[in-house]
Amino acid sequence: MNTRTPHSTHTRIALALCAALGLGALTPTEAAERIALVVKNLGNGYFEAANKGGQEAAREIGGVELVMTGPTQPTAEGQIEIINSLIAQKFDAIIVMANDPDALVPVTKKAMQRGIKVISADSAIAPEGRILHLSPSNAQLVGEKLIAMIGKTIGGSGEIAVLSATAQATNQNAWIEWMKRTLAKPEYATLKLDAVVYGDDQSDKSYREANGLLATYPNLKGIIAPTTVGITAASRAVVDKGLVGKVFVSGLGLPSEMAGHVKSGAVDAFALWNPIDVGYSATWIAHRLVKGEASGKPGEEIDAGRMGRIKVGDKGDAAMAEPFTFDKTNVDEFARIF
Amino acid sequence: MSLNRFLKQRETLLALILVAISAGVAWRAPTFIGLANLHEIATDSAILIVMALAQSLVIMTRGIDLSVAANVALSGMAAAQLSMHAPWLPIPLVLLFATLVGLALGLVNGVLVAWVRIPSIVATLGTMSLFRGLTFLAADGKWVAQHEMSAAFLAFPRLDVLGLSLLAWIGVLGIVVAVVFTRHVALGRELRALGGNPSAAKYVGIRETTLQLFVFAVAGAVAGLCGYLWVARYAIAYDGVALGFELQVIAACVIGGVSIAGGVGSVTGTVLGALFLVLIYNALPVVGISPFWQTAIVGAAILSAVILNARGDRTDGLRLILRRHPAH
Repeated sequence: MNTRTPHSTHTRIALALCAALGLGALTPTEAAERIALVVKNLGNGYFEAANKGGQEAAREIGGVELVMTGPTQPTAEGQIEIINSLIAQKFDAIIVMANDPDALVPVTKKAMQRGIKVISADSAIAPEGRILHLSPSNAQLVGEKLIAMIGKTIGGSGEIAVLSATAQATNQNAWIEWMKRTLAKPEYATLKLDAVVYGDDQSDKSYREANGLLATYPNLKGIIAPTTVGITAASRAVVDKGLVGKVFVSGLGLPSEMAGHVKSGAVDAFALWNPIDVGYSATWIAHRLVKGEASGKPGEEIDAGRMGRIKVGDKGDAAMAEPFTFDKTNVDEFARIF
Repeated sequence: MSLNRFLKQRETLLALILVAISAGVAWRAPTFIGLANLHEIATDSAILIVMALAQSLVIMTRGIDLSVAANVALSGMAAAQLSMHAPWLPIPLVLLFATLVGLALGLVNGVLVAWVRIPSIVATLGTMSLFRGLTFLAADGKWVAQHEMSAAFLAFPRLDVLGLSLLAWIGVLGIVVAVVFTRHVALGRELRALGGNPSAAKYVGIRETTLQLFVFAVAGAVAGLCGYLWVARYAIAYDGVALGFELQVIAACVIGGVSIAGGVGSVTGTVLGALFLVLIYNALPVVGISPFWQTAIVGAAILSAVILNARGDRTDGLRLILRRHPAH
């Protein structure tokens, strides 16, 4: 299947077939620069959203064609096959949301040897297999965001508590640590952290812990739950106790799972990374690398359009931004995506 | 007669421990014995009470059902999916559907144990993983969230009937049914006989296969009903629902004096065992004990209850020997 031939009826049919088979990456193009976005699997709203953001960046940059592709099942094998075909087609850059950090390294190394700029986004490839990795956020940004969000909801002052997953959960503990550091700042002196409790990501235990918080701290105004089971259980407890409007729940959760709690009033705002922004920033970064405007070295700051300058950290890890806020104005729209 | 009196004593002791715990917690947090919190505990314990009563029947016949929590997850997921696709369905039908799904799963256990003659601990260990896996597959790994369930679906267990939540009433109903069944229905008494002495039971014409099929069917149907109640109460259905709950159910039975060796157990004891656990689960967050200690405390409580039971049984046996051989 030679993609360099001029358009004829036959190639058009072949192309239509390719498109139908999800091999959109084979489409010939007039654009000077071609970037591929290899997602974990096709037909997933989260990645459709990332593609939407990527297309937005491609339009802003101009002269860039962004092609989303991916296997039908989220496997590393499927992604290896696709990346091989992208190498054969001489793409300028490949953005990978990896199904396996290590299995993809040989094929992405091969791509980089051929001069293709490879970065991973959202879910990483091991450092030797990419120029840099774009994380949607990092512990510090998450911790700061969670405190800022509850502070805004409860009007800047009052008692708050944290309902976490298990006491040993690495991610949650890193976020809680940064929440505490953020609370130590003078601008949050009026927020008081009453307790950190653990619901073990079990709905019954989380619900009881939330009830315990409500009973023990009558002046409690906010509960932060950086885990979906926790935020759901705490919201339920607040509704069941008739405390909507008095106690607000906030934290991290998927819009599709949180929409009902925003509607009930138990949740004013919650956060998570926005896949649109991930696709957008990754496309900008890939473009900068292709143009030689960035090298991806640790310490460098890369300009990513409306997302501002993204700093490359140690080991080539770049954290995009603080998590994105969802509230009643946008939760329904995003609930349809992920 | 002396055995009966002993049972009564142990149940009184358990009840006293419950009062002592409540008083201790109330000393730290007076709201704990407030009307609102007692209502919360009544509601919170309903699922565990009815599940433990069903499990006690299984244990009474020398069996065990490890798959009940996975059954809760699968039946709950099925009910949630049904409500998502047909939100107009009246809730009694959803309830019936969940119960039937649970019953079907329970019958699988029953057939494996009663007819295929696989030991119940092995058979239900297998179906436990099977049901859990099916829960994941049924939803393709996705969760059913609050806004995908109908308002009536979520409201049902919370309905206020004469000042108590419907969920609490279901607990009360479960206790009444269990008392009537074990005391006044021949089948209930046969279960105890079968667990107490299987060979003797066979000679008096008790059909072991039928009874085993029956107890697993009951455990399954009750788990199915609880599946709906669980999902509606916590407004979320996913493959991790009630993970590890089967151990709480068994612990409630054991604390309540149901003997793993079969034939021994009472409704009052089982209910008190379940209340004991729920009381501890609700008290620990209020008292503010480190999460690292919480599970250890629950474990210690279970062990002390079992040791108490074992010592009690031994004394009883000793008494029997002493009575038979007064010379010693």
